[in-house]
Amino acid sequence: MTEPIIEMKNIEKHFGAVIALGGVSFDVCPGEVHCLLGDNGAGKSTFIKTMSGVHKPTSGTILFEGKEMNFESPRDAMAAGIATVYQDLAMIPLMSVTRNFWMGNEPIRKIGPLRFFDFELANRVTMEEMAKMGINLREPSQAVGTLSGGERQTVAIARAVHFGAKVLILDEPTSALGVRQTSNVLATIDKVRKQGIAVVFITHNVRHALAVGDRFTVLNRGKTLGTARRGEITPEELQDMMAGGQELAQLESSLGGTV
Amino acid sequence: MTDERLKQVSTLRRIMIRPELGAISGAILVFVFFLMIAGDSGMFAPQGIQNWAVVSAQFAIIAVGACLLMIAGEFDLSVGSMIGFAGIVIAILSVQWGWPVWAAILITFAITISLGAINGFLVIKTGLPSFIVTLAFLYILRGLTIWLSILTTQKTVIGGVKKAAEGDWLAAVFGGKVFTGFFQWMADQGWIETFTRGTRAGQPVVEGVPMLIIWALGLIIFGQVLLTKTRFGNWIFAAGGDAQAARYVGVPVNRVKILMFMFTAFCATVFATAQVMEFGSAAADRGLLKEFEAIISVVIGGALLTGGYGSVVGAALGALIFGVVQQGLFFSGAESSLFRVFLGTILILAVILNTYIRRIITGER
Ligand SMILES: Nc1ncnc2c1ncn2[C@@H]1O[C@H](COP(=O)(O)OP(=O)(O)OP(=O)(O)O)[C@@H](O)[C@H]1O
Ligand SMILES: [Mg+2]
Repeated sequence: MTEPIIEMKNIEKHFGAVIALGGVSFDVCPGEVHCLLGDNGAGKSTFIKTMSGVHKPTSGTILFEGKEMNFESPRDAMAAGIATVYQDLAMIPLMSVTRNFWMGNEPIRKIGPLRFFDFELANRVTMEEMAKMGINLREPSQAVGTLSGGERQTVAIARAVHFGAKVLILDEPTSALGVRQTSNVLATIDKVRKQGIAVVFITHNVRHALAVGDRFTVLNRGKTLGTARRGEITPEELQDMMAGGQELAQLESSLGGTV
Repeated sequence: MTDERLKQVSTLRRIMIRPELGAISGAILVFVFFLMIAGDSGMFAPQGIQNWAVVSAQFAIIAVGACLLMIAGEFDLSVGSMIGFAGIVIAILSVQWGWPVWAAILITFAITISLGAINGFLVIKTGLPSFIVTLAFLYILRGLTIWLSILTTQKTVIGGVKKAAEGDWLAAVFGGKVFTGFFQWMADQGWIETFTRGTRAGQPVVEGVPMLIIWALGLIIFGQVLLTKTRFGNWIFAAGGDAQAARYVGVPVNRVKILMFMFTAFCATVFATAQVMEFGSAAADRGLLKEFEAIISVVIGGALLTGGYGSVVGAALGALIFGVVQQGLFFSGAESSLFRVFLGTILILAVILNTYIRRIITGER
């Protein structure tokens, strides 16, 4: 295995009296999918937000490409090559695919002293990048609201990859998706990994994690329960760790093993 | 994933989701209507056209500001009070204090744009809805205006601006007329009527295009290009569409919103200055209800009250509908109070249409 591109050591994050993270360590290597699992409120979103510059950790260190980093804003993290696709706020539905794709990074075409948004280039690249991910858009001016949930996630992922992400963080990209949409997104994640990008994949779903993950870290109430490599852990063990063991085991037996 | 269901985009549907659709059809309807009922009343003679064109241009000037601000996700209810305030400040500085009019105008712009920035800053810093913050400014500014006016002149109307503005270069930029030679030529050709008696005999009844109209056209073009063709325009949509999502990708949402509040104040001051130059006076009660008229124009123009969607050209057409109906009812001799009935009705219709269009865009979600 290569050197980790990003290494988080003993990250703590307090919100007033709430200790959302109580010393979490985590790393991810280029070309690897590292899954972060955990129940609701475990602190997954908070954790990746410290990685992407949204929150400053209360304590702990972040090493990016071996150097210590202090991100002041998401912009800093993005400039370093850390891109995030958020659980709920991936896209603006009323805006076109192109406008969303380039939001914050609009290409400029100069006419004399005037600077315009280069829609011709933007539309073309958007179509190409989406096609690479296996989605053929009707037209780049189509509003994102008309896309399905999986297609929206794909736009967000394609955008991150296009803008040179070295680390791609996906916060529950599959949580609201149906079976086919999910498999599309998982296939996209695999494509991204093959390009040598480090992927942090957050999910509740053990099967989704096992489908693409190389390593698995489980968070519980702001603490890590450990990291396992692909093949070292069974789905059942992972499931138990996530739910804190017994309760789910009991529930599972009463439901006939369908959870 | 080639999906045959996604292949055909009907042209009809594509037209349907243009934000300007309602305003375009509304404008056509309104023109046809008044051509029918007031076609021979002089409404479409040169003077009549100038009449409703000026009124529409006034609405358009404030509508452009309100439109960009609404798309950026905010309102400014202090526009009307800002108009009154700007007018009184210009009059006090130039007439009472004897400043050159150009200096009075420039300082007034500086003051009102700063007030716009304060509006924006308060909205951003407090996180309160702009509705509340600017409602406070609606009262504060109106009160200040009346107080200032009484304090300096014991009156709420300050005259004498016309005299002070004579020969002033900047005053002419707001109150002057252009293409006067062309209009005189058209009159000489007999295409437009001329005065037959009095000191202005031989001069055309419409001497030229008022600068107010040039300002309106300039602002509409500026707003439309800014919104649809530039990076900043994309940020305006993003700030209003979903401020948090925009921030996450590095859009400077706060800066965008504050700048839009400043731009709204700028538009209000353009309106005020042109009005003061036209009337030759300022009054503390000018601009009453203008904020709502601006917002209605914008909504008729297809913008969503919730932000993130709309069109400057649409808002300008909304302003045109507004101006034509207001003056058209006057020309056709209808009861002018009916104008309000019309406004209320068209507002409801526009909002219903917009909501429907929004559902289409966001795919029925
Ligand atoms: N800004 C905040 N202020 C205060 N508390 C917060 C804040 N953000 C998160 N928390 C708290 O931190 C804890 C972890 O939340 P987080 O969103 O990271 O969970 P999660 O693992 O992503 O859950 P889910 O699976 O539901 O998305 C929760 O108890 C939450 O209430
Ligand atoms: Mg979460």
